[in-house]
Amino acid sequence: MAKITFIQPDGSSQTVDAEPGVTVMEAAKLASIPGVEAECGGACACATCHVYVDEAWRAKTGKPSEMEEDMLDFAFDVRSESRLCCQIKVTAELDGLVVRVPAKQF
Amino acid sequence: MSETRAAECAAEPPIEAGAVIIGAGPVGLFAVFELGLMDVKCHVVDILGKAGGQCSELYPEKPIYDIPGLPVVTGQELTDRLMQQIEPFGPAFHLGERIDVLKRLGDGRFELITDCGTRFTTGVVVLAAGGGSFTPKRPPLEGIEAFEEKGVHYAVRRMEEFRDRDVLIVGGGDSALDWTLNLAPLARSLTLLHRRDDFRGAPHSVEKMRALVADGKVRLLIGQMTGLEGKDGALSAVMVKTKDGEERLPCTALLPFFGLTMKLGPIADWGLELNENLVPVDTEKFETSEKGIFAIGDINSYPGKLKLILSGFHEAALMAQQAARYVYPGKKFLFQYTTSSTSLQKKLGVR
Repeated sequence: MAKITFIQPDGSSQTVDAEPGVTVMEAAKLASIPGVEAECGGACACATCHVYVDEAWRAKTGKPSEMEEDMLDFAFDVRSESRLCCQIKVTAELDGLVVRVPAKQF
Repeated sequence: MSETRAAECAAEPPIEAGAVIIGAGPVGLFAVFELGLMDVKCHVVDILGKAGGQCSELYPEKPIYDIPGLPVVTGQELTDRLMQQIEPFGPAFHLGERIDVLKRLGDGRFELITDCGTRFTTGVVVLAAGGGSFTPKRPPLEGIEAFEEKGVHYAVRRMEEFRDRDVLIVGGGDSALDWTLNLAPLARSLTLLHRRDDFRGAPHSVEKMRALVADGKVRLLIGQMTGLEGKDGALSAVMVKTKDGEERLPCTALLPFFGLTMKLGPIADWGLELNENLVPVDTEKFETSEKGIFAIGDINSYPGKLKLILSGFHEAALMAQQAARYVYPGKKFLFQYTTSSTSLQKKLGVR
């Protein structure tokens, strides 16, 4: 199991235990984390699972693929630490991962 | 849809349809098949410009693994095969149109009117609208709704509206690029804003856009919107964050192109019982709280509902049994198999 912490815009946070192999989006949906909508169900076809990866974890989560970059065009307030969390696979390496949920998915 | 087209449609007599199917996703398409076997002629309306619904709009290339008999099929292949399967029934498609009005007539039948004025009368309405209609995404900028009549446009209906205005187009896909190319000659000034200097649109459009930028006819700005300025519904400026800081960009027309999202839309106004944006149905006929209006596929809800394409197919088959009884009251129906029934095979054109 890997622990993943989601920090809400109001500063509150939730930590979930995620099974390696699922996506960070799936882990969030399983735990009903607010602010992760995933309208398309994880097909990298919307941008409603947008998160900001904490500075310390950026190297480990890597950069978005070209398809993900294209989809990030549909997100709001995109930053260099932006990712679509349906495209981040949970691994043992990511145990302790911290991501921030944006104020609004759109 | 142009105003002239709407006027033309309104002047034409309504189309008399056996059934009107709202939504051309896989379940709407298969409903054409099941209703076709029951001799009900269908008109299919969809807001998208092509059939397939989410399958072709959201994941045309994604494999689907749970269609019985097809171990793997992409959203587009499934759509293409369904189109082939329903071809013998000659459904009429009304694509790029949205049903805005649905009302019951004095005789118990229904009248439906699309946003471009196409009118139908029918005894059977089948809601197969999935997650609702695809509508342009509204950027979450404070107060944006107030500008949506005069200053913020999610589509270009008439190009003339933008003549001699300071136009800001936001986005990096084909819509943003196409309208940049088309409106640049008309607008007083045109700025294209995108979050990165990389565009998803067709390469030749990107090339043309870059040429306009080089000629000083279009300004390309890399950044993102943070706020709107204006009053009484009239837009005067958009605040933009770039890597150099914040900029106030004067403009009177904003065209944001951030793709599509699904909204229940006008269905909410038709007097149907709703439950969290879903339409409750019975599990015998998949009929809604209104007699003659059925709901199948992702849009309906009932105990045990699974949002699977295969569930939608089953729902379509049962719906068709009841729908046909409304279309042909008093007729005796014989349950038949396509494998052995001469009459079904004639309808399918295989005999």
